[in-house]
Amino acid sequence: MDERQGVKVSDLSRTPLYDLHVELGAKMVPFAGYEMPVQYKLGVMKEHLHTRDKAGLFDVSHMGQVIVTGTDYAAAAAALETLIPVNIAGLGENRQRYGLFTTPEGGISDDLMLTNRGDHVFLVVNAACKEADIAHLKTLEPAVTVTPITDRALIALQGPASEEVLAALDPKAADMAFMDVATLTLDGAECWVSRSGYTGEDGYEISVPEAAAEALARKLLAHDAVEPIGLGARDSLRLEAGLCLYGHDIDTETTPAEAALSWAIQTVRRIGGAREGGFPGDETILAQLETGAGKTRVGLRPEGRAPMREGVPLFAAEEGGDPIGQITSGGFGPSVEGPVAMGYLPTELTAEGTTVFGELRGRRVPVTVTALPFVPARFKRKPAKVQQA
Amino acid sequence: MKFTEEHEWLRPEGDIVVVGITEHATEQLGDLVFVELPEVGSTVAKDDEIVVIESVKAASDICAPIDGEIVEINETLVDNPALANEDPLGDGWFFKIRPADASQMDGYMDEAAYKAMIE
Repeated sequence: MDERQGVKVSDLSRTPLYDLHVELGAKMVPFAGYEMPVQYKLGVMKEHLHTRDKAGLFDVSHMGQVIVTGTDYAAAAAALETLIPVNIAGLGENRQRYGLFTTPEGGISDDLMLTNRGDHVFLVVNAACKEADIAHLKTLEPAVTVTPITDRALIALQGPASEEVLAALDPKAADMAFMDVATLTLDGAECWVSRSGYTGEDGYEISVPEAAAEALARKLLAHDAVEPIGLGARDSLRLEAGLCLYGHDIDTETTPAEAALSWAIQTVRRIGGAREGGFPGDETILAQLETGAGKTRVGLRPEGRAPMREGVPLFAAEEGGDPIGQITSGGFGPSVEGPVAMGYLPTELTAEGTTVFGELRGRRVPVTVTALPFVPARFKRKPAKVQQA
Repeated sequence: MKFTEEHEWLRPEGDIVVVGITEHATEQLGDLVFVELPEVGSTVAKDDEIVVIESVKAASDICAPIDGEIVEINETLVDNPALANEDPLGDGWFFKIRPADASQMDGYMDEAAYKAMIE
């Protein structure tokens, strides 16, 4: 997702929750062609901490929702696997998975969430990429039908109190595990709900008919545990969770192996797998999974309190030498209580605990390579299956 | 008390002047997470960039509003930058300066003029 600078407000779209944001005192900013709330009255820091402590409600209606339908799920999955290097065919019904669109050069043209909804695949893609993604998907027609969903809002409820809040509206919410998907009736509306998110916390993403979105948002906000959370805290939450921001941490110039996203490409799509390759850039991408990449995305903890933001160059030594990498996103981590960042380094310098230097206002400040995420993920995972003797 | 167009406030206390940033400035910046203050004893000139602040959103520089010598800095603010958001005109002060020429303050706005400017 990338912000468009210098756009006239009149050119911007509004989500179905625009009036509610204004009523709640949000500061609205242009983001990916939409007027979006960057923060509410609590401010970024308190919104971030509240989400980790209780629950936060996010409007992510600017993201693209798309349905891909074939003669059956398998047909839709097979078509999508020609664009996405992920095991979509083997995704269980009502399960969700992270995916990537790759380029012929082996780069990443967007990241997305994929859901098996029985007879079709439901996709959620980044706001700034959605037009290009839809055009890209439409190259699969007529084998499948690609339908952008423009009459539904998307809201996220994130944080440890999310289950209690959502289960009060539909008890089935409590039965879902991390990456499960279900159709729930929330405040009378048919909602497509996944137990996932972009904060590292337990929580849900809820696709709701736009006419019902404001009433549902108000109902969720009426719960004592829930506060509205803006894009500012959404960014610091995902950064602490070690999650990539498209257009910053990953783009067409980074490969999955470089981006430390190899885990997203299941064995069945790799060399020797039953459905090896068959997606854009497969030769480059799969070879790199075997041999490793020259540079790798890592977590970074700058020394002291000063945040190191996107674009800060990284050096091997305190003095001299050319930059060896740079920070791709960074800021202050309210839960970590210090600066956190992600960036790319030569792979030989990516061992945990390695010290490099980031140049800030002409001074080189030590930066330590740190395991991601910066805060432990608190998903409600499915219990592991007990092995039968 | 005087105000600059850069949203600093200056409050004379005897022969020194306390400097901070206004509530309007902190609202615009968002939560502060980092403050770097000048060295006590340093001599600064008007418009020198002597303070670096970082909010959750961005970095900004704060300039010396007048010539003078830095006589004290708010160490508590360095440890807890949120003080500038919580109490911008009180505990969130930045530094105290001994003016080289107190008349440099004459050109700055009073509170009414500052309020009119930010409206």
